Amino acid sequence: MVLIQTVVTLLYYLLVAFVAALLVWNFARSRKWEEEVLYMIVLVPFLLRLFRLK
Amino acid sequence: MTMEDAEHGVTDGLRPGTGPGVASPARKVVLGILCLLLLVTSGVSFHRHRTMEEPVVLSAGVTEVKKLSDYFEGIRGTVNDCNVYVFEGEEPGATVFIIGGTHPEEPASRLAAWLLAENAVMEAGRLLVVLSANRSATTVTRLGGAYPPDYTIPTDWGERTFRMGDRWSSPLDQWPDPEVYIHYPSGQYLAYVDVRNLNRAWPGRPKGTLTERTTHGFMELIRQEGVDLFIDLHEAELQYPVISTIVTHETGQDLAAFTSMMLSDMEFKMGMEYSPPSLHGLSHREVGDHSDAVSLLFEAPEPFLDATRGRSTREVLLSGKDEFVVKAGEAGLLFEKMDEHGWPIDVRVGRHTSSILMTMEVWTELSPDRPLRMRGVPRYEEVIARGTGHWLHDPAAAPAGRVAVE
Repeated sequence: MVLIQTVVTLLYYLLVAFVAALLVWNFARSRKWEEEVLYMIVLVPFLLRLFRLK
Repeated sequence: MTMEDAEHGVTDGLRPGTGPGVASPARKVVLGILCLLLLVTSGVSFHRHRTMEEPVVLSAGVTEVKKLSDYFEGIRGTVNDCNVYVFEGEEPGATVFIIGGTHPEEPASRLAAWLLAENAVMEAGRLLVVLSANRSATTVTRLGGAYPPDYTIPTDWGERTFRMGDRWSSPLDQWPDPEVYIHYPSGQYLAYVDVRNLNRAWPGRPKGTLTERTTHGFMELIRQEGVDLFIDLHEAELQYPVISTIVTHETGQDLAAFTSMMLSDMEFKMGMEYSPPSLHGLSHREVGDHSDAVSLLFEAPEPFLDATRGRSTREVLLSGKDEFVVKAGEAGLLFEKMDEHGWPIDVRVGRHTSSILMTMEVWTELSPDRPLRMRGVPRYEEVIARGTGHWLHDPAAAPAGRVAVE
């Protein structure tokens, strides 16, 4: 159980980092200000978890 | 819309970077800075909450401050390696172990334990106190709940600030949750999120989750210290039927019944309920089943926890006043009275301190050869009259070496 939790947690953080990178990538490519705002807002909770703040 | 667009969730025929909008590096820089500001301000707030230190001015009766890892090595170095305050009595007697902070979103449980740590002197018997039973849960508030990160109690010399917590261990310390939580060792199915609930993880196991290892550590403490009486302090929402009561394992029925009657006669209404034998993971069931200790759990009313409350503010947390919960009471939805006076923190803390004192008195009546006598701790009326803060002491004025940190 604990071993599985540890492995899933590691995968989870990799997934969080991957999605955060995708959001930054899409933000950089976007030309619509609405999308850019959306990407930045969505990015914050991903970074907070990635940095183990919340 | 092409098939490829549909696969990528694009509904307007545009993919990021391909729209008719105008690329603006300056706009991206501004938005990036705003995002960074949001990240930094929220991150600093969360980090401060997670690392905030709460001083404890040790009572003259504290003879030693131990760690939970002194009883169970498997918890050493983790966030849940909490302090254990030891009070050796002036005369021999029984050993009582009291924990606050099983659910740190129930502040009166921690504050009542705090009053013990800063004021209690054992005249007979031994007292062990834990203020942050689930320390991990004191470092986070309910996700999406907009809870205040802390609350401040005014004192005679200034004020003291405490961490507000959650019902469950922080997901930063224990993750992920399973689809269904299967309790060990009963095999009973419980809600998935309760895998991080300390009061669903008793008696724990040495190689389990952080929460299970924490309760296993407490069970080791109970066995190694020869604890006779165990008390778990809580608060409950008014829409929950188990409120203003003592929940007891069957081994504590005489003690709980006498205590309930004495409190109801002399100080405030207090009920008594049996721990359901088939409901597992709770301290009042498992501590009694897996040790020689008599296990009790005290519940005080906390309107802040009610789902029908209004704003989740520090004021509501401490005053216990909420017009929406009053409305729920008028609709007959509550199991405890609720009016414009609410349930202030001093009332809730006082209920716990008086319940502890009365339990010790009744214990001594029932077991005079193993007495429990404590002084220095205020009763219900005294806490209400002078305020909880009157019994919280100034860390700056404490003698050297007499301040611990939670």
